[in-house]
Amino acid sequence: MRIIGLTGDEAVAYAVKQCDVDVIAAYPITPQTIIVERISDFVANGEIDAEYVCVESEHSALSACIGASVMGARVFTATASQGLALMHEILYIASSLRLPIVMAVVNRALSAPINIHGDHSDMMGSRDCGWIQIYTENAQEAYDTTIQAFKIAEDPNASLPVTVNLDGFIISHSMERVEILNDEDVKRFLPPRKPLYRLDVENPITIGSLCFTDYYFEFKRQQAEAVEESYKTIMSVMNEYSKASGRSYKFIDTYGIEDAEVLIVCMGSTCGTARFTAKRLRERGEKVGIVKVSLYRPFPSKEIIEAIKNAEALVVMDRAVSFGAPSGPLCSDIKNTLYDAGLRIKILNIIYGLGGRDVSQSDVEQAFKLGFKLKSGDVKDKVLWLGVRE
Amino acid sequence: MARGERITVTLRELPIEDYIVSGHRMCAGCGSAIAARMALKAAGPNTIVVNATGCLEVATTIYPYTSWRIPWIHVAFENAAAVASGIEAAIRVLTRKNLMKQKPNIIAFGGDGGTFDIGIQALSGALERGHRFLYICYDNEAYMNTGIQRSGATPLGAATTTSPSGRVIPGKKEWKKDLIGIAVAHNIPYAATACISYWGDYINKVKKALSFNGPTVIHVLSPCQLGWRFDPSETIKLGRLAVQTRIFPIYEVEYGKYKLNINVTKPLPVIEYIRIQGRFRHLLEPQNSHIIEDIQKNINLQWNRLLKLCSIE
Amino acid sequence: MSKTGWRSLPVAGIIPKAGSSLEYKTGTWRAFKPVVDESKCTFCLLCWIYCPDGAVKRFDSNRKISIDYDYCKGCGICASECPVKAISMVEE
Repeated sequence: MRIIGLTGDEAVAYAVKQCDVDVIAAYPITPQTIIVERISDFVANGEIDAEYVCVESEHSALSACIGASVMGARVFTATASQGLALMHEILYIASSLRLPIVMAVVNRALSAPINIHGDHSDMMGSRDCGWIQIYTENAQEAYDTTIQAFKIAEDPNASLPVTVNLDGFIISHSMERVEILNDEDVKRFLPPRKPLYRLDVENPITIGSLCFTDYYFEFKRQQAEAVEESYKTIMSVMNEYSKASGRSYKFIDTYGIEDAEVLIVCMGSTCGTARFTAKRLRERGEKVGIVKVSLYRPFPSKEIIEAIKNAEALVVMDRAVSFGAPSGPLCSDIKNTLYDAGLRIKILNIIYGLGGRDVSQSDVEQAFKLGFKLKSGDVKDKVLWLGVRE
Repeated sequence: MARGERITVTLRELPIEDYIVSGHRMCAGCGSAIAARMALKAAGPNTIVVNATGCLEVATTIYPYTSWRIPWIHVAFENAAAVASGIEAAIRVLTRKNLMKQKPNIIAFGGDGGTFDIGIQALSGALERGHRFLYICYDNEAYMNTGIQRSGATPLGAATTTSPSGRVIPGKKEWKKDLIGIAVAHNIPYAATACISYWGDYINKVKKALSFNGPTVIHVLSPCQLGWRFDPSETIKLGRLAVQTRIFPIYEVEYGKYKLNINVTKPLPVIEYIRIQGRFRHLLEPQNSHIIEDIQKNINLQWNRLLKLCSIE
Repeated sequence: MSKTGWRSLPVAGIIPKAGSSLEYKTGTWRAFKPVVDESKCTFCLLCWIYCPDGAVKRFDSNRKISIDYDYCKGCGICASECPVKAISMVEE
């Protein structure tokens, strides 16, 4: 084990190097560029034996990844924002073809206006695509999750593509102290890929046929089952990795839920700020806590209900807006889950941090305050935009 | 077949086996089906096919039936060249890592829609990157699969559902794109036009293209009886007429050097080609005779330009 | 034919059996069928190479071709291209 100072992007690139990836096809877009540049360096220096395909767009990036993946290669790509939006149609195809592609999404706002900074609107805009989606809190998690992502994706019981999400600039460009596993440990953790099927002249199959109304429905049912059941694979891989690395990985992470009256539920780098703020508030006696959602798809309903069921008020923070919807994406999923569990806890949706708007401890304190107001019945709004200038 | 090897001269030499088999649902008399069948006769079983969305893809792989006897993948409409790039890159690295012994041909099939228009970006990128694969554009001169809408390959004057001949506008107003010109601009080893009616020229070109260690493009005219509106039995005759009127010249470009393969010394006037297709019927009306003149003028212009490129005076 | 349920379908919708379209007989499409006059046939094989459906069968050993009526769609290209007019299109 070594400790290196790495930014989030660099940490992802380092993980890709150690995972013996065969083909990387990617197109640069801020704030993902450092990932592809580092990988290009590794390839040029022979530190990784891979083909780096400098595709001419993100749509072609994922298309080339599909081509490489059906040959049995281990593939990786990365993108953000407009790039993810551009490859949208291919996202669905990759997951429907059950290809274990790993993609780092350096979450960035969607145009217009064009904004290069971090929020979750890009991945949220494509959350139905059938990929497994995991959000990371810092560079360490970005590194660890990338390695786990390959193992999750390639497990024959899952065989699904995975996105590793990291906040644009906040994680991607911040230098942190990252613990790197030894190359041999990564190799032991991640054996060579054994594809479910491949293009092989000795066993010619047809991939991507036309399906009429008589079969399509069944294929989608099969796919939905695969995504739902993949939680078993994800749990098993996370447990194995936790043992191998000494760092704990679970579907969600909690702090202070034993006695919290007000809980903040959030994803990404904000969880770090929220946890730190919660710690400070708890020291002066306030009963607060946080629930960090790491695994977003498939949605870990069971674990989330276990964590939030005793709270008196929930403040769900969304770093993305779902225009015209009753609440933001994460909050919608939480409300959905609560309803299914027969629980009716007071819940406030906070839209925050869009376009990279900074989230400070005082913002989080404000969110907790709103939670207490909600608990005492003094908040009538269902959705509030925190920090926006009126 | 490497360059310098004996070319196929007789049909007897061609393999009996088909790698795209019967039971597909292409129209009776479909030119694109002929183009695909001939290409696979040339390429053989050691071939992977990437197919863009379109007539060829849809009609040959209706679940659970497939007409393909070689490994085949369809992903989307505009990315056949990008998917082929990924396949090629994977073969290279897996071979280097001793994880793969096979060295299959890679052929990407795209219609004129999936090549000239929506697929041009992916094709351009793949050509620029120099992947070793053959891109065959089977050209039926419109978006046929979705119901005969115009494409960048539709010839001037043709009626399609999105360039209909009406009271004010007589069919498509724009000239056909020069696909091989675009391909050649990427400095690729080999690009060529072909026509299914000239089976020997086309099949030998497919073999030749596959022997280059880089990207190659073949643009094969595939007449469409439904979209061009002629009797299904005349598909091959239409292709011949296209070549004999010089509206679709047959040539190849090897490392930038143009060579005319079929020198039509006594061309037929283009009206012979136009009058037997329903998509041009409106051009036979007297008020549209100037369009036929323009088409003929353009044919002469392009032919002379081609002769110059081929260094023939 | 009862269709498969989602639990037994191949993963990712792949079709594992190459050339399975042979189970789909397109011969029912035609209105006219090609009839070959073997006495005229010179075995030039133009009908064989131009058939869009591969429905002209080639037998090298006895220099014969025959039409596979299971798949022939009756387009008439073979009759049209035969240089010795050995094939005629006859109403079904």
